[in-house]
Amino acid sequence: MAQIKDPAARKLPGSLDSNRRLDRWLCINTDGTLTVTPGKVEIGQGILTALVQMVAEELDISVNRIRLAPASTAFSPDEGITSGSRSIQDSGLALRHAAAETRDLLLTLAAKKLGVTLENLTVTDGVISARSGGSVTYWELATPDLLSREATFDVVEKLPAEHVVVGTSLPRVDILGKITGKAAYVQDMVLPGMLHGRITRPPGPRARLRNIDVKEVAQMPGVVAVVRDGTFLGVVAEREEQAIRAERRLARLAQWDSGEPLPDSDPRRLQTLTAETEVISEKGDPAAAGVRQFNAEYTKPYLAHASLAPSCAVAHQDGDKLKVWSHSQGIYPLRGDMAKVLDMAETDIIITHAEGAGCYGHNAADDVTLDAALLARAVPGKPVRLQWMREDEFAWEPFSSPMVMRMNAALDAKGNIVNWGHELWSHAHSTRPGGSGGVNLLAAWHLEKPLPAAKPGNPPLPGGGSHRNAIPFYDFPNQKITNHLIRQSPLRTSAMRALGAHANAFAIECFMDELAEAAGADPVEFRLRHLKDARAKAVIEKAAQMAKWQPNEKGDGERGRGIAFARYKNLAAYFAVIAEVQVSEEVRVTRMWAAVDVGQAINPDGVINQIEGGIIQSTSWTLKERIDFDHQGVTTRNWTEYPILSFVEVPEVEVALINRREAPPVGAGEGTQGPVSAAIANAIHNALGVRLRDMPFTRDRVVAALSA
Amino acid sequence: MATTLQVNGRACVVQADAETPLLYVLRNDLGLIGTRYGCGLGQCGTCTVIIDGKPVQSCDLPVSAAVGKKITTVEALGTDQDLHPLQRAFIAEQAAQCGYCASGILMAAKALLDVNKDPSDGEIRAALEGNLCRCGTHGRILRAIKRAAQEMREQ
Repeated sequence: MAQIKDPAARKLPGSLDSNRRLDRWLCINTDGTLTVTPGKVEIGQGILTALVQMVAEELDISVNRIRLAPASTAFSPDEGITSGSRSIQDSGLALRHAAAETRDLLLTLAAKKLGVTLENLTVTDGVISARSGGSVTYWELATPDLLSREATFDVVEKLPAEHVVVGTSLPRVDILGKITGKAAYVQDMVLPGMLHGRITRPPGPRARLRNIDVKEVAQMPGVVAVVRDGTFLGVVAEREEQAIRAERRLARLAQWDSGEPLPDSDPRRLQTLTAETEVISEKGDPAAAGVRQFNAEYTKPYLAHASLAPSCAVAHQDGDKLKVWSHSQGIYPLRGDMAKVLDMAETDIIITHAEGAGCYGHNAADDVTLDAALLARAVPGKPVRLQWMREDEFAWEPFSSPMVMRMNAALDAKGNIVNWGHELWSHAHSTRPGGSGGVNLLAAWHLEKPLPAAKPGNPPLPGGGSHRNAIPFYDFPNQKITNHLIRQSPLRTSAMRALGAHANAFAIECFMDELAEAAGADPVEFRLRHLKDARAKAVIEKAAQMAKWQPNEKGDGERGRGIAFARYKNLAAYFAVIAEVQVSEEVRVTRMWAAVDVGQAINPDGVINQIEGGIIQSTSWTLKERIDFDHQGVTTRNWTEYPILSFVEVPEVEVALINRREAPPVGAGEGTQGPVSAAIANAIHNALGVRLRDMPFTRDRVVAALSA
Repeated sequence: MATTLQVNGRACVVQADAETPLLYVLRNDLGLIGTRYGCGLGQCGTCTVIIDGKPVQSCDLPVSAAVGKKITTVEALGTDQDLHPLQRAFIAEQAAQCGYCASGILMAAKALLDVNKDPSDGEIRAALEGNLCRCGTHGRILRAIKRAAQEMREQ
């Protein structure tokens, strides 16, 4: 391999570049096993199983020899946030390379020991054998300091064609514990002497605690401490139900100043607010007129992650050290923000990841961790377990932002798109901990001496936040894409599965259907003719083939089908889907056919599981979900007020994986969300002849559209 | 207050107020943490246990209402070495993502299969109407329950 003069200028794969020491990633144990210490965390997406496969592959060891350590600030590499469907690219590619370098180090030692050249060695499950005879194992060779070094760049990984573990559907490493009722979640942690906490929140985000007399609560059975700091109000008790009872009493006793009333919850209010406006893509002549002009406007409401388990954390103030267990997606950024709030050195806070229920983005995982720490400080030496109540999670988690997309386009005489415009209005999609200039943790804003929130913002393009997937993947000669960012939101907004890509791809793909109809074109053919990318065309053609799509097929007044496509972030997974709906006044999605291309699939069944899940979750968002609020606070606080798709309502889903072993692997978690919403809208139009542009597509909206 | 419960075939004495939800007694007094808290309102099914043969959400059931009844939790379904057909089927279909709904769904499904050896797709869906899954693993779960029912019929 050619030597490059300045190694610092070269990039190592994924997160290895910023965490170069091999022992940050791998530890060869003395008992014939190997421990992997990724900084990315399991959030139900199955990432740990895929990482195990990538390490086993590169090291030529059985997957059964691999142990996983939970990510911890005590020893794990800092991989930022587990988000953006980037864990395979960030952590997987880092581990793949670290494992390849480790294998190379071991083979070099073996060659010396066995007195042969590297070319004469083979490896089977960690046993290195010389062709001339003699063998030695990884575990015999490994010295404690073997991996105390930085990655070198100089080792070549296996070629995809050589893979035997990667590309197979290894069963999930975490499934057994989850189906046998084992302690699988942070919610299940029990520490000696552990107490239980609960928090009393204000009636809304602008309310502040005016007055409370806590004496009565302090004397309730089991109550160990009542903690008040400004508007932050919590209780610690010996038993969980005692904490809940005490919390309810606190809520009844507290007197609040309600603050400024919250505004209307209609997403279109966004267009009336002062925005930071940026043209993010402009090409050709955005004024090109064509022969026919079209406009349409689409919206989505605030949505909740609505994790099945309310967020939970355990905290233990142990002398000068604060030990916490959290299902945060970013233990290092969280530690940084917590250190500021608690006025502690970062190194005195040890955050260890413990799985929660699926989060689908930035839910209350980080917030509850600070809450637990604030309670634990009041009872030093005693661990405190704090789980939010269901109402807390719905009222206080950060939501996915409402959005408005105003589209315009022009068709030429042949019915081709000659001009495309997309303007979007949204609040910020990223207010995770680790922001600059402030702290992004709920309780920090409620303290007597509050810390300001960091400025809400968006990840930059090409990934983007509210503008994720706003730039069309189609090849249009003229286009102009404009992002209007309204940073301050009445309800806190942050990252949720796909960020702005959900609403942007929804709008693009609905509008494509409207234009196809205007052009008298079949929606499948219309999309294909505006695409050059072969992989994009392949997923659309595959979905159409699976569904036995008929050109220009018509709905029958009740049943209809629609298609949609997107490439996630315009640089990751390709996804096309066809939805079938049955509509009376209620929309039922009956079947979905989908094709996906994530490049090299590390675990094909894992990819399909993620795609199926994304399809069903987005169907739920599209048909049913909306966070609502009145002048004071959130009014949708339980599963009756915020219904999600039930077992009776879920569609049959069929997913085809186009596995491109030679293409770089990309994540599968998020690319489904926008196309699914659009395919449903397009199917409803196909069935009924009416166009729904405002999610969710509830019974009321169908009835209103039919009577319009 | 001392209360005696019949849990997984054993008599257990617990000290808890009569109105304490059964869920907290199972988790915190008996260490049966496989039964999960989801809402405390009887709306999501993560806390489903079987009481006298019927699926019941334990999060809003006072412990006093469970006295004298047979309570079965996910811990009694099968062991790692001897999994219940439902658990084997969940593995075969890889019917989990985050898995937080799994305990409650397994118990609701067991209650169904105990009285209906050959449920239709519609009957399985109806039996799970009180159980939510947020990851969208529904299709795999439905397939797993059908698979388990078939295996149990063939035994």
